[in-house]
Amino acid sequence: MKEIIAKIVKLITDNQVYRSVFRHGFPTTDANRALVMFSNVILHLHPVRVRRGALKIRFTWCLGGLTFFFFIMLAITGVFLMFYYVPDTRRAYNDIKDLGTVIYFGSLFRNMHRWAAHAMVLSVWMHMTRVFLTGSYKPPREFNWVVGVLLLVLTLVLSWTGYLLPWDQLALWAVTVGSKMAEATPLLGNAGPFGQEIGMTPANDVRFVLLGGTVVGQSALLRFYVLHCLGLPLVSAVLMAVHFWRIRKDGFSGPL
Amino acid sequence: MEISALIKKTAAETRSPEDTALVWPNLVYIELISILLATAVLLFLSLVSPAPLEELASADTTPNPTKAPWYFLGLQELLVYFDPWLAGVVLPSMIIVGLIVIPYVDPNPNGKGYYTFSERKFSVLGFTFGLALWYILIVIGVWFRGLDWSWYWPWSDSSIHMSVTAVKLVDLELIIQNMFGLSADPVMTLGRYAPTVSNIITVLLFLGYYAVGFTIPFLLLRNFFNQLGMIRYNLVMFFFLSMCGVPLKMFLRLIFNIKYLLVTPWFKI
Repeated sequence: MKEIIAKIVKLITDNQVYRSVFRHGFPTTDANRALVMFSNVILHLHPVRVRRGALKIRFTWCLGGLTFFFFIMLAITGVFLMFYYVPDTRRAYNDIKDLGTVIYFGSLFRNMHRWAAHAMVLSVWMHMTRVFLTGSYKPPREFNWVVGVLLLVLTLVLSWTGYLLPWDQLALWAVTVGSKMAEATPLLGNAGPFGQEIGMTPANDVRFVLLGGTVVGQSALLRFYVLHCLGLPLVSAVLMAVHFWRIRKDGFSGPL
Repeated sequence: MEISALIKKTAAETRSPEDTALVWPNLVYIELISILLATAVLLFLSLVSPAPLEELASADTTPNPTKAPWYFLGLQELLVYFDPWLAGVVLPSMIIVGLIVIPYVDPNPNGKGYYTFSERKFSVLGFTFGLALWYILIVIGVWFRGLDWSWYWPWSDSSIHMSVTAVKLVDLELIIQNMFGLSADPVMTLGRYAPTVSNIITVLLFLGYYAVGFTIPFLLLRNFFNQLGMIRYNLVMFFFLSMCGVPLKMFLRLIFNIKYLLVTPWFKI
């Protein structure tokens, strides 16, 4: 039996095609386990070895990794949803209805997208709490904490922009509440402190910029759609790259 | 810091191979299992609790209550106690900036890389306090607010309006004015700002909150001040006092029915 398996393994691995893709043998020896990390771009997010303390589940609770996983999950389900959704106030609501009624796996993907979004908001909060409680923001990792806070804000804004897209009552009024707040921004909003003193009106303040109009309408839907599907994920991806690069270089702060 | 010193510091933190473990399989498998578990949980939740879809958006019918997404309901709950410019813009901005400065105002070298309370009591308590405030407000917003943003217990009938209680909210300056029989005439005029004596007292009280708050630890906890230094101390105290000010204002509003602590023509606090 062992010989047959060895033969099959040899058949699969000992040829030009396999070697062009994988530059290491099966990760059964320490040398190959190190080579996997060196030669695989995704696994290269990890170092070859980590300190034993960082492996403890009760140290990290896997929260940073899970947050990243939820982001990937959201990207995959989000792309699927984009095939069936048009950000047009006359269509958007019906497109979402279709997801639940006529499109194969439509409601599953929408539900997964929604739950992954909730999960990501929660896990990013809990990740921050964990990092605080273990003092992992202390030197030399201060700047990575700053990047993390920005990622937390981006997560919330991403979630909030997605909230508008179904174009139902829940979406419209939740975003109306939020954009009312923007109107009250000091200096930059027409209802905020010193806003009118420097010439802010409903048609030129920060809320107008956010919504592309004075009410939550077609322009707002398009803006939120573009930000939700393209702008904010791109910014998040760049900041995530910095976040991961930094922790890769600095290493975990965990004990031994 | 010199580059060489930086490298030396990083090198000091890396341990000998005996203290480390190979990422494959030790860490990679943990990640795989947690990802599989998370996927299972997401699938389960998606099947038992589908995403809601209400009626088509309509600017003509305003739902009652109008609720923001759950993660912003803490801020929306603050609208009961603060004007929108504070609850929706300034306070969230201060939370974000306050979080960002944390690593730069915490010079305590202890408690790096392990859970500890005894070695960093103030920072853990301060952070936990803010976190608790954030979560409690969200829980209130999600489960205890109903029609007209009134307080609803889980067992209350959420389809009936709560009878409007005859609570009259008063500004602090009016309370002071009546209590001490002060004049309601302005003492001076600065453009649109025409403060009365009681208004000036509220300004002094507001500034006094920060002044006293900054001074007491400086006088009584000199060690705390010396550890932080001038700039860090002022940053820490500003954010800490502002954070404590939020539940304080809520308390004054709930117990003494005070609407605003400080009134100016441009903003009210």
